[in-house]
Amino acid sequence: MSASPRSGLTGKEESLEGPVASKQIAQAGPKLRASNVDFFYGKFQALHNVSIDFPENQITALIGPSGCGKSTFLRTLNRINDTIRGARVTGEVVLDGDSIMGVDVTELRRRVGMVFQRPNPFPKSIFDNIAYGVRINGLARRSEIHEVVERSLRRAALWEEVKDKLNQSAYSLSGGQQQRLCIARALAVDPEILLLDEPCSALDPIATSKIEELLLSIRDQCTLIIVTHNMQQAARVADLTGFFLMGRLVEFNKTDIIFKTPAKKETEDYITGRFG
Amino acid sequence: MATASRSVPGRARTFFQNVRAGDEVAYLITFLFAASVLLVTAILVYELWVKSGPAIHKFGFSFLRTTTWDPVNDDFGALPFVYGTVVTSVIGLLLSVPLGVGAAIFLSELAPPRLSNTLTFLVELLAAVPSVIFGLLAIFALVPLMRSYIQPALIGAFGWSPFFKGPAYGVGVLTASIVLAIMMFPYIISISREALIQVPREQREAALALGATRWESTWDAVVPFARLGIVGSIFLSLARALGETMAVTMVIGNDPKINASLLAPGYSIAAVIANEFTEATGDLHLAALVELGLVLFLITIILNGVGQLLLMLTTRQGTAKS
Amino acid sequence: MLRIWRRAVNNVMLSLTGICAFVTASALFLILGYLLWNGGKSLDWNFFTKLPLSPGELGGGMANAIVGSAKIVAIAALLGVPVGFMSGVYIAEFSGKAMANVIRYSADLLNGVPSIVIGIFAWTVLVVPTHHFSAWAGGFALSLMVIPVTLRATEQFLGQIPQSLREAALALGASKWKSVATVIIPAARTGIMTGIILGVARVSGETAPLLFTALNNQYWSKGFDEPTSSLPVMIYTHAMSPYDDWHRQAWAAGLVLLGLVLIANIAARMVLARGAASQRG
Repeated sequence: MSASPRSGLTGKEESLEGPVASKQIAQAGPKLRASNVDFFYGKFQALHNVSIDFPENQITALIGPSGCGKSTFLRTLNRINDTIRGARVTGEVVLDGDSIMGVDVTELRRRVGMVFQRPNPFPKSIFDNIAYGVRINGLARRSEIHEVVERSLRRAALWEEVKDKLNQSAYSLSGGQQQRLCIARALAVDPEILLLDEPCSALDPIATSKIEELLLSIRDQCTLIIVTHNMQQAARVADLTGFFLMGRLVEFNKTDIIFKTPAKKETEDYITGRFG
Repeated sequence: MATASRSVPGRARTFFQNVRAGDEVAYLITFLFAASVLLVTAILVYELWVKSGPAIHKFGFSFLRTTTWDPVNDDFGALPFVYGTVVTSVIGLLLSVPLGVGAAIFLSELAPPRLSNTLTFLVELLAAVPSVIFGLLAIFALVPLMRSYIQPALIGAFGWSPFFKGPAYGVGVLTASIVLAIMMFPYIISISREALIQVPREQREAALALGATRWESTWDAVVPFARLGIVGSIFLSLARALGETMAVTMVIGNDPKINASLLAPGYSIAAVIANEFTEATGDLHLAALVELGLVLFLITIILNGVGQLLLMLTTRQGTAKS
Repeated sequence: MLRIWRRAVNNVMLSLTGICAFVTASALFLILGYLLWNGGKSLDWNFFTKLPLSPGELGGGMANAIVGSAKIVAIAALLGVPVGFMSGVYIAEFSGKAMANVIRYSADLLNGVPSIVIGIFAWTVLVVPTHHFSAWAGGFALSLMVIPVTLRATEQFLGQIPQSLREAALALGASKWKSVATVIIPAARTGIMTGIILGVARVSGETAPLLFTALNNQYWSKGFDEPTSSLPVMIYTHAMSPYDDWHRQAWAAGLVLLGLVLIANIAARMVLARGAASQRG
């Protein structure tokens, strides 16, 4: 099993260079591998033959114009599309060697967490929001929960701001804080992979940069896959980038290569702003 | 009206005047109709107040506290009726809310769309069934069932407590409560279902993304988000139950006494008005009955007001802001 | 293990809520079934054509109640629908916000009045001064229940008409009232009609407001000025009586009443659904 990323369109393998490549080869395989994924909303095919390997503890960005399928693809990785009527997936997604269709979906979702486009805290206190995932999955004893909550809030760089008001409603926080709360909530169940669906699109630049900092800081504990329409953000935080267009993965490579010397014309057109 | 058109030549001026006159007339006519609605409501409240005057004058606030209802000696106390009204409605709620909210959850979250729409349609038709028909079925279907099976069973199991004492009449407070519960289903279900449907999808997905089961995501994320709407539906259903006349009158047993046992007959405000109004002995009796009507009216206004408020709070940016 | 427990809870609660839904939905069928069984047996041609006879005498009917209900409901509709409709037009098209809120609150208040209290009010206004019960009084009482329903339906469906349609009519030179009467109201007519039908159907089943306004009548009532029998009141008195024969009549009447109400409801909903679908194109 090769550890290099593959381009969906031509099937040509493009190798990575230098130290990153050797580290890749030394691993047993990618943390998460998608192979030949097609996705249908009823009769409409939203994804065509997408294959990507996501290496462990790296940040991978998925970019592309609106409606290109990058969010749809992200949502197949934790099977949250299962809740949409008429949605159908073919192909394979393998997490640590196990197909995600085979494992219990609630266990899958604990291991593969998700942060959504708009902050969506529960109508509970800050503390209870973070504790929720821990409690239902039985991940900690009652006495340990406070510790887990604090740890998650620290990882999300939110602890100092909320430590004195843990019992207040989550809605008393600002938008940026709420999104960091959602990240802390997702981290509390100790996921191996964290999926982020345009997490900063509803936030101002300052809140955005705080979250980008935080993503870089948790990279070594977690594999991150982030969908973004903001190319500068991808350039800032991602190790690897995949460019989607009309449901297909056009190109996938180190972020540097994608942005400086893209191999495909479509990629270049998008990067240089020739289309939306 | 003529100022703006002074600068406009002859025929055009008349045209404008006619056009605006037509609008003015239309405004006036529709306004008069609307004002009549206001007027009739005001007169209603006024008449209730005036006609209950003699009773208010004689009994004051003690009307609500005393328990004697004696038309012969012109001594009237409202407590047994208030008690009966409240108890039947509350028990009806206790029976109806779990079933109704459970059904609403199923119809909004768990059922496939076509099944949900069909069942919702059937439940909503239930709201169209006239009260007297419920009463008819209650007398001939429910009462015998109560008398022969349910009440004896309850007496057997719980007869030691004060709530389930006494002979199995068939009619009584519990029977009336059960009828009310059935009549409340459609309101609780349809309003709660609406509130649940409005919960943003991201709430459910956030819970699922943490590894919740379908039920956990529904119960822990969606239902709390809609809680104000659900509580609002309860208030509105309660208001309706309190005003319910016919079905209750037909099975409550018509006994103006307060009794701890749910199996005993009782009386409700609406029922006593229905039974005694046309044969009221004397002005004071009549005034007392009208005052009862006023009391009922006031209670339902308050409950409806609270219910509407809660529903309004739900639609404005969801319940989470509270 | 926790996982197994959670999955079990998930399945149990799914089933339980499903049972709740089916139980509540089946209540309608139970009611209908009971009425069809008991009412169907007693429904015959006499029911629709003969007057009620004393208990024990067979062959009676409730023709007077059917006609009486029709009279009373007609009065209720004739009084209530125009008032509700015009008021709805006022709120939706002509009035300012404050006045609209006042009228709307007033209508909601009227809607929330318990039906027996409506009866009391109609009694004080029409029965007391004239010293007799009448179909007018009964119709008036029911009209008070028709008004809020009609008002809300009118306002709601007029409100759904997009502003651009209004502006298009005005831009063609139509005066405001003309644009409302010839463009806006016709555009909303399906919904408004549905609301009116549902409202009138609902009051046709009401009993309490008639108890001391139209009262009851074992014979034909001439004109509108006499006590008038009605289906709901007949059902009530016959059901509460100790006579088996009258009980059978009550079942038959119940079946007829429910049948009419349900047909009106289903028809109105179907019209509404079809109207909405055609508007979406």
